[in-house]
Amino acid sequence: MPDQILKITDLNAHYGDFQALFELGFEVNQGEVVAIIGANGAGKTTLMRSISGLMQNASSQVEYRGQPIGHLRADQVAALGIALVPEGRQLFPSLSVEENLIIGGQIGRRGPWSLDAVYKLFPILGERREQQSTSLSGGQQQMVAIGRALMSNPDVILFDEISLGLAPIIIKDIYAALPGIIGEGMTALIVEQDITKALSVSSRVCCLQEGRISLTGKSDTVSRAEIARAYFGIE
Amino acid sequence: MIMEWLNALIQGTLLGGLYALFAAGLSLIFGVMRLVNIAHGDLIVLAAYLGLSVTTIMGLHPLLALAVVMPTMAIIGYLLQRIILNQTLGDDLLPPLLVTFGLSVILQNALLETYSADPQKMNAGALETASVSAGGLTLGVLPLLTFAIAVAVIAGLQWTFYRTALGRAFRAVSDNQEIAQLMGLNRRHVFGMAMALALAVTAVAGILLGIRTSFDPSIGGGRLIFGFEAVIIGGLGNLWGTLAGGVILGVAQTVGAKIDPGWQLLSGHIAFLIILAVRPNGLFPRMSG
Repeated sequence: MPDQILKITDLNAHYGDFQALFELGFEVNQGEVVAIIGANGAGKTTLMRSISGLMQNASSQVEYRGQPIGHLRADQVAALGIALVPEGRQLFPSLSVEENLIIGGQIGRRGPWSLDAVYKLFPILGERREQQSTSLSGGQQQMVAIGRALMSNPDVILFDEISLGLAPIIIKDIYAALPGIIGEGMTALIVEQDITKALSVSSRVCCLQEGRISLTGKSDTVSRAEIARAYFGIE
Repeated sequence: MIMEWLNALIQGTLLGGLYALFAAGLSLIFGVMRLVNIAHGDLIVLAAYLGLSVTTIMGLHPLLALAVVMPTMAIIGYLLQRIILNQTLGDDLLPPLLVTFGLSVILQNALLETYSADPQKMNAGALETASVSAGGLTLGVLPLLTFAIAVAVIAGLQWTFYRTALGRAFRAVSDNQEIAQLMGLNRRHVFGMAMALALAVTAVAGILLGIRTSFDPSIGGGRLIFGFEAVIIGGLGNLWGTLAGGVILGVAQTVGAKIDPGWQLLSGHIAFLIILAVRPNGLFPRMSG
């Protein structure tokens, strides 16, 4: 019986009057890699924001290692060991590459990730450490964003659309690096538009449609037809 | 004749150091949290009065009183930010403007109740009249010291901003509050620290003001204007630019006063308006690393 690390129960998330998630519920076990797929507006990013504390909810709607965390602020959630690689990278433009990484690590959690480890994973960042983060290419910026999240030595890492706006060749590089990251026993949730990519790196897939889960299944057994139905809602 | 103008130029430069101290805290706060603190001038006056109380009660020299006034102002700043100002921050710039305006009125009246409207002055003894002569010019030790302190404070702030973890947190929160929060930074605490640092600088400004001239509870608004003008001339978010802005303002005032004593303040404002018209972003916009 694997250890459950994350549990979402009856999660309802709103933006003003607009409800983005409806009684969402699912569980993630330690070391599992779950792909979250779904069309634009299905609620994937809202789910990420709810888990990471950027959106606050009722405390019991998100549980981490059996502890209710739905009501915590993002900095408190981060301190518990949940890191988010945000959609669109969102580096700090006033900070150099290295400072972006250092600030990711300032929570001070122990673990395998350090500046050296990130530079070993992405050698190009070591060469550009003194540069302003905005002077890097999109792919390199994404590497900084991933490195920044790793620096906190999280137990759970959330990737929100890491291939968005990047050239296919860069996406290939980034996905080639993922097993080296997740292989450390880390639990990961990967939000991804590219279904082939999502299935290739995950053990389980979870499809959202209009704020509800329309499909869950093992990544290697779920069929394309099932995904198409769950994705678009066509019978 | 030339010496007289040169003298005005140098006196103005030294005066600019004081204006840069008025402005530095204002610049820091705007840079980190986009808050325009209308009460900044009154906080400078508050620091001067705190200095006055410390010097009279404890019998300390005003400069030594800084050891008490600086931490006091820093604590006031942290609490002010955490308890009141953080609640006003959001997408709208208006609430913090209104609240700090209200704070300005409250501070002025509280000072009036406590210390009366009589002009006060701190006694710094021989320091006030000491001077050095160089090449036919006589320079006051106090203005020289003020300018040196201003340079040291700006250099210290610059170092804090670009070389320390606190400064990194300031820049990160200024860039993107939400993502900074994801990095484990509590922005409310970071804002509190920024206001604490700003008011510690304000303490220095207030004490030096109180040694240089007499003050009363109503002069805060004028100091705020000088601070604003120095920040805008120098370019928002650039600390060395703020020092340059203070110097330009100081020189404009003393040169104006040299032409006609009545022109002192007016010529400072005119210099500000000209620079604003020609370079709306100030002389040295953006951060310099």
